[in-house]
Amino acid sequence: MKVVKILKQHPWTVGVGALFSIFMLGSLHTGFAPGEAIGRNFLSFLGQMLRVLPCVFILVGLFDVWIKTETVEKHLGHGSGLLSYVWAVLLAGTTVGGLQVVLPVAHALYVKRANLSVVLAFLSAAGICRVPMTLFEASFLGWRFTCIRFAVSLPLVVLFSAVIGWWFDQRRYRLPDVDETTDKAEAQHR
Amino acid sequence: MLILYIITVLLLGLSLLASPRKTGRALQIALRRFLRIAPAFLCMLMMVAVALYLVPDHVLVQVLARENKWIAMGSALGFGSVSIMPGFIAFPLCGILLDRGALYMVLSAFSTTLMMVGVATFPMERTYLGTRLALCRNVVSFIIATVVAIATGLFFGELQ
Repeated sequence: MKVVKILKQHPWTVGVGALFSIFMLGSLHTGFAPGEAIGRNFLSFLGQMLRVLPCVFILVGLFDVWIKTETVEKHLGHGSGLLSYVWAVLLAGTTVGGLQVVLPVAHALYVKRANLSVVLAFLSAAGICRVPMTLFEASFLGWRFTCIRFAVSLPLVVLFSAVIGWWFDQRRYRLPDVDETTDKAEAQHR
Repeated sequence: MLILYIITVLLLGLSLLASPRKTGRALQIALRRFLRIAPAFLCMLMMVAVALYLVPDHVLVQVLARENKWIAMGSALGFGSVSIMPGFIAFPLCGILLDRGALYMVLSAFSTTLMMVGVATFPMERTYLGTRLALCRNVVSFIIATVVAIATGLFFGELQ
């Protein structure tokens, strides 16, 4: 029963997953080369992600338990000023992995009452100035390239994030609650 | 990568020393959040696996090292948006493209959209941000990437 309920909640994954599995099984069965190549891609990505994600989620969990909401609110919340964007960009620079890694962190920040604009700036900045990525970029394309990219994109990211955040805030937009059921239980527990 | 492990183990150890109970709760939260996002995540991986097969390296080189810089830049923006790949694959690829005669502005368009705009990661982003905000963020990121690419072209004198 529970399985059916979970499956119903994720129509996209079920659909794509079913198509993908049928395609994979078919390819393996008939020795269809493109299918096998895609399968190898999938497994190698899955492996890469499974190596990074447990760490990320453990860190998010620790963050959740140890960092007080007030601390985040003070530095990254409403009315914390321009400095909060500097924090967001610096924090973004220290992250690893792609969007899939940064999203849970961004959401955790939001739940701890960081300003939506700051959360957005953090998300987008993580795409620009992650330290390991920057080292790669500069070594293949030169420091001049990297400097130009930073100088142009970071101010734009901060500006646009501020505008979008403000706009959505005005409309009382709330991020979806990623773990609503359990949070309620926990709130009662406290 | 190794640094991530060291930091995680270190912090986990410290947390365990400070309060085993809180640490247990942290791990519970970690597991719960991971399971919550796992479906969208699998969906993304499958899409990426197919996308990367459909757009292999040599096709990229053919399109991005083109004569007409605007077409090259446009395709770079498109390619970068729909594909995702880790930085340690993307930047060496940019290096290859540079050697084959691709312009800096094209590479800028490609690498910036690659990192900031995610069609394949959209299902996941939607789970966290909601459809409207995720859409808005991606569109704006695309605009920013275009501006950055043009600025790069200006600085490298590729727009004369």
